[in-house]
Amino acid sequence: MPLRPLLSSLTRHKLTVLLLVLQVGLTCAIVCNVVFMIVNRTAQLRQPSGLDEDQLVMIESIGLDENENPLTRHAGDLAALRQIPGVTSAVAIDALPFNGNDWSNGIATTPNAETNLTATAYNGTPGELGTLGLHLVEGRDFRPDEYLPMDSAHDWAGINHVPVTIITRALAEQLFPGRSALGKDIYPGDNPVRVVGVVDHLLRPQLREAASNEYSTLLPLLPDSADVTYVLHTKPQERERVLRQVSDVLDRLNGNRILRKPQTFTQLRDDYFRRNRTMIGLLLAAATGLLFVTALGIAGLASFWVQQRRRSIGIRRAIGATRGDILRYVQAENFLIVSGGIVPGMLLAYALNLLLMTHYELPRLPFLYLPAGAVLLWLLGQGAVLGPALRAAAVPPVVATRAD
Amino acid sequence: MFGYYFALALRSLKRSKVLTALMILAIGLGIGASMTMITVLHVMSGDPLPGRSAQLFVPQLDARPLVRNKSSKDSAPNGNLTWPDAMNLLRAHRADRQAAMASGSAPIRPLQGSLRPFFQPGHYVTADFFPMFDVPFRAGGGWTAQEDEQRARVIVLNAELNRKLFGDAPGIGRTVRLKNTDFRVIGVLDDWYPQPTFYAQVNDRAFGKTDQFFLPLQTALDLQLSFGGNFMCWGNGGDARTSDHCNWLQFWVQLDSPAKAQDYRRFLGDYWREQQAHGRFPRPVDAQLYGLMDWLTRQQVIPSDLRLQLWLALGFLGVCMLNIVGLLLAKFLRRGSEVSVRRALGAQRRDIFLQFGIESAVIGIAGGVLGLGIAELGLLSVRQRPDGYAQLAQMDAAMLLGTFALAVCASVLAGLLPAWRACHIAPALQLKTQ
Repeated sequence: MPLRPLLSSLTRHKLTVLLLVLQVGLTCAIVCNVVFMIVNRTAQLRQPSGLDEDQLVMIESIGLDENENPLTRHAGDLAALRQIPGVTSAVAIDALPFNGNDWSNGIATTPNAETNLTATAYNGTPGELGTLGLHLVEGRDFRPDEYLPMDSAHDWAGINHVPVTIITRALAEQLFPGRSALGKDIYPGDNPVRVVGVVDHLLRPQLREAASNEYSTLLPLLPDSADVTYVLHTKPQERERVLRQVSDVLDRLNGNRILRKPQTFTQLRDDYFRRNRTMIGLLLAAATGLLFVTALGIAGLASFWVQQRRRSIGIRRAIGATRGDILRYVQAENFLIVSGGIVPGMLLAYALNLLLMTHYELPRLPFLYLPAGAVLLWLLGQGAVLGPALRAAAVPPVVATRAD
Repeated sequence: MFGYYFALALRSLKRSKVLTALMILAIGLGIGASMTMITVLHVMSGDPLPGRSAQLFVPQLDARPLVRNKSSKDSAPNGNLTWPDAMNLLRAHRADRQAAMASGSAPIRPLQGSLRPFFQPGHYVTADFFPMFDVPFRAGGGWTAQEDEQRARVIVLNAELNRKLFGDAPGIGRTVRLKNTDFRVIGVLDDWYPQPTFYAQVNDRAFGKTDQFFLPLQTALDLQLSFGGNFMCWGNGGDARTSDHCNWLQFWVQLDSPAKAQDYRRFLGDYWREQQAHGRFPRPVDAQLYGLMDWLTRQQVIPSDLRLQLWLALGFLGVCMLNIVGLLLAKFLRRGSEVSVRRALGAQRRDIFLQFGIESAVIGIAGGVLGLGIAELGLLSVRQRPDGYAQLAQMDAAMLLGTFALAVCASVLAGLLPAWRACHIAPALQLKTQ
């Protein structure tokens, strides 16, 4: 296809072409970034917590009896909860991924050192690892004699006496790059704590930057404040039934308490990411809307031009052009315009990404998005122009002999 | 003439019904999406305390050590003070009014009826809180600074909690049991929920109904009631709430004139240097004093997702506008011969301009009406969100007018360029080519 007549015809509509090129460019830039954001947020949504997510149910209990010993209360409650049919194990803990209850400590590897690394401390009763379904990749679980109370009444002083810890692989690699963390000491409090195990994944209760999302430590500290969360392990299909029984069992044991948020872990996760899902929906709608409007612009313009050029198309047909020639002409013209938009569009996409990186903590746009965006817009353009192009190809040669 | 052009515009639009409908739809969607988000951000950036906000300030004393996370989220100061600093500023009494505060929640145990114990969010504050923020009382009032020091067991209820416990009559003088302690009700508020809850730590719960009770800060600390919000410690020596290396308290001052604000700034600077001489405040920053509205902007009270949604909507509107301009231009230029004939018969340029201008205005106004409907639908969907700001998303008269003005301006602007190009078609040339 000779390029000259195509170009010279387009220069007769400079302003219109310029507008369409701008529109395609802007669409390309926005859609590239929007799709990138969708991919990013979907990845956040799918992050593994490290837990057996579909086998856990939980309830928060706040004891109101001033005179009772929380440790005794928790032990009694757990014994009763384990009796519920279908419950394979139960533990009392102070925090869970996505529950927002984040007790983070600065972690140093030498005594009294200043540190800029913080990690969440998860505390629970024996059996925490197995109940939550955490996967130990190195080392061992805690021994029964290593457990001691958190001492929450005295500003959680237990952390200064705890002998051992299990940490996540992400934290281990950050603290001891290239070496095994087993047997090393870390300092979450005033005294050294020996690493005896490493688990592959455990997200923090509240997500932050991607790099530090898995900086977690497990400590053999027994929750001893009145406010505690019980986590029960059961089969996925038994969760609802177990959940219905949990409140009754606890109430019968001691009614002088407040029970809150009985839920499955799946619900906890869904709630945590609700805003994220709304945002993904809106981003999808925006991308679809933009592509629709741009397709509309391309199709509308092409159909105006076909109407305008009926006579010249007729003449071309009369002097020997085939229907295919006309079809290809219109398609080539569209390809040229869309390509003209894609080049500035890619630069714009990159600029927009830089802006989003500074204001919205978005990572850098991977290069692959740019050619993918280009292909998408070419396809969109060709799809939108097909109708008008077919209509142009159907113009009979006899039109040439008629006045418009 | 006007009526005739209007009829011409309708006739021209009817000739390509589908395209006209799609153009109206595009502009309607663009305007609807933009107005939804502009309205949401407009209501969220409102003044929580009109008339008083200009006199309210947040002093900031960043006592944290030098080494912290490099990440932006952790290093930006959140305005929290340590207990000793808050108490020093409170007792120095250098502002017209001052109060320290922290959020919390407590189990309420109804003494009468069959209500089960339930949790309620509240705030632990000092005496000046109520007069400083002009808190409206339905009955009773706040407490005195003396009662603060005596750790008095008094409580102020918001209307909703009062209704739940005592019915419609204010329960002044009656007893409420929080956790294991009895408090005497001395005041009942008039459904007071400033939007955002500016006096608390700014987080994703800044909008919506929150605090149901208020009681003296020192009393809460004494009774070890449960505190909420960010509690951050550094260094060694335990994590006690009263230590000088844990920040968690919010502090507000009222300064009635710019001169007083200037004086207070100086006082803060002096305090800063005096503490530095004692080895505290290692950061190379100064004490700061922020006005209320400035503070809310700095703390980004509007979630970044919402700002992103606004930009997305505006970007969409931009593309829609480009689209309309291009289509109208192509449409008008196609009618070159018609214009030539009219020009040859004596029509002036401004006649042509008016004719096409009216045609684009018709599209714009139709798109604006549609956009208004879409914006209402958009706000309806925002109100279904589980966030605290959802209930604020209502369009007021100003926003309604704004939407319409935006629609008409947008489309007239979009029509201007095509109409201007059309009226420059030379009469003779077009006639000849036919």
